[in-house]
Amino acid sequence: MGSSLCVDDIAGMVQDERVHRDVYASPDVFELEMERIFGRTWLLLGHDSQIPKPGDYFTTQMGRQPVIAVRQNDGSVRVLFNRCAHRGPMLCSLLKGSVSEFICPYHGWVYGLDGKLTSVPMPAGYPPAQSPQANGLGMIPVPRLEVYRGFIFASLAATGQSLKTFLGPVISSIDDLVDRAPDGEVEIGGGIGRHVYNGNWKFMLENHLDGLHPRYVHASSVAAANEQDDARATDGAGEVAVRQMRQNGAPNDLWEKIGLWTAPNGHGFLADYHDDEKLVKLSDDPLHVEYRRRMEARYGAERTREILTIMRWNTIIFPNVSFMSQFGQLRILRPVSVDRSVVETYVFRLKGAPEEMFQLSIAFANIVNGAGSPVLTDDLEVYERMQTGLHTDGNPWIDYARGYGRDVDTGDGMRRGGSGTSEIAVRNQFAAWRDYMTAESVEDAGGTAQ
Amino acid sequence: MTEYRQDPAGINIRKIELFLIHEADLLDRRQYDEWLSLFADDCRYWIPLEENQKDGKNTISLVYDDRKLLETRVRRLGKDSMHAQAPHSRTLHVIGNLAVTDDAGTGLVTVRSNQIVTEYRLNAIRILAGQVTHRLQRSGDSFRIAYKQINLIDSEGEHRGIPIIL
Repeated sequence: MGSSLCVDDIAGMVQDERVHRDVYASPDVFELEMERIFGRTWLLLGHDSQIPKPGDYFTTQMGRQPVIAVRQNDGSVRVLFNRCAHRGPMLCSLLKGSVSEFICPYHGWVYGLDGKLTSVPMPAGYPPAQSPQANGLGMIPVPRLEVYRGFIFASLAATGQSLKTFLGPVISSIDDLVDRAPDGEVEIGGGIGRHVYNGNWKFMLENHLDGLHPRYVHASSVAAANEQDDARATDGAGEVAVRQMRQNGAPNDLWEKIGLWTAPNGHGFLADYHDDEKLVKLSDDPLHVEYRRRMEARYGAERTREILTIMRWNTIIFPNVSFMSQFGQLRILRPVSVDRSVVETYVFRLKGAPEEMFQLSIAFANIVNGAGSPVLTDDLEVYERMQTGLHTDGNPWIDYARGYGRDVDTGDGMRRGGSGTSEIAVRNQFAAWRDYMTAESVEDAGGTAQ
Repeated sequence: MTEYRQDPAGINIRKIELFLIHEADLLDRRQYDEWLSLFADDCRYWIPLEENQKDGKNTISLVYDDRKLLETRVRRLGKDSMHAQAPHSRTLHVIGNLAVTDDAGTGLVTVRSNQIVTEYRLNAIRILAGQVTHRLQRSGDSFRIAYKQINLIDSEGEHRGIPIIL
């Protein structure tokens, strides 16, 4: 165990309506999170469309451990720890690439795409009984890996919940995303954006299911967009952006009506939200008429309508994913330290859909995820202020009582906030957090809903 | 390809340089409305994500503004409710290494420059360095900016929010 915390310390930090600031501010808590949350749960690493051909790879981190996701010659995907079995250098230093084998830059050890050691220089230098092969050396695969509809999930724990059990009912958000593709598949496109904030990783997950913050955090972009002259020149990029900014200024009663659902293991989603006619695929926009024609050709009219009627906004897969199935956006969270967090942002192309729809998703990504976005920059500022504000001694508690006692069981393990501004999602995330953090072994962890 | 080794005939490089210095100075003095007035009605202000990114339509960007979004961006900078600029940044633009091409027949001049923006905010200094491409329309005795693209050298890096204009 990487810290001096005991189970009672952790359990005492999470109460029904509040958490102790140490959950965000204590380096000891962060160390334990790396062990008991990021070291045990399923983590999303990316999508298999990033590595279409044998030898294609991308690198990332699970918690703080560098890994390589690589396409095998048989078409499957493997995730290997990114270090040489000999003296430990990372074998891949690029974010992505294509190789026929992995070669260590230090002493030239060579590995196949499956991680198996294929050669070392001058093998006669080893006594036979101590050769790397005799010692069973090779690149190490991560303990568990599952790919669901292209989404590559891995776990640093050899045992624990299956991926489907872990995801529970929020697997429907992944289906919602992929089902929207006329060809039944999505692919990552348009690059990977990165931003970082000097604040705790959990702030982002909480904020993405927070229906109360937009009017306040985003007050400046709401006001600026509301005053914008719509006659000014736009090639679409500005139009999507200005509409989204205005949407954030929707009146309180609209936010109150939004569906806010939580699921076991800290997951949840916002739904029944957003009617932007440029983005919502049921509109009469000619682009969407053509898209629906292609969808109906594959799925039939009834199933198409069923797919496109789902109005889902952010889905959180605790602890490292936030995505928007309806608009093809994905954010993968990577904690660096207790007070620093990196966010990688991706856009999906719906295979078989008109390419212009992908371009709208790019424009939308720029406004919700771009490091220079007039929207995102205020979120990041507030995360950093939270991290600083936590250091005051006057009040060590963080309150999330809004809607407490009004959450409703909706069956299949889900609960719905009494209103769209309920803090049910934070309560649910911390119920899962406490469960993971107090579990002495991986078998004890998981499955808790608020 | 912009050519560093030779200035095109008939172009007053010093005049272009003074225009870019004026533009940068407006940003450093936070005279954003006046800065925006330098731009053409169908302008583009773009900070790409990737080193050799071809366009802003098919790849995400740090910023990809048409005139409409740029106006909103500038208006936001004047709002007291803009948390990301409370307190506001202080910046210092330094530009140099100009290379100018006369885009024959278009009436435009393309200017490539290197730009280093030093930003101070909340007791921290940040450097935002990149190569800038301006496309300038001749307008009377001066220019209007049809296009400004900033290729940050760390565009694909992990950025804290960039709420200011570069």
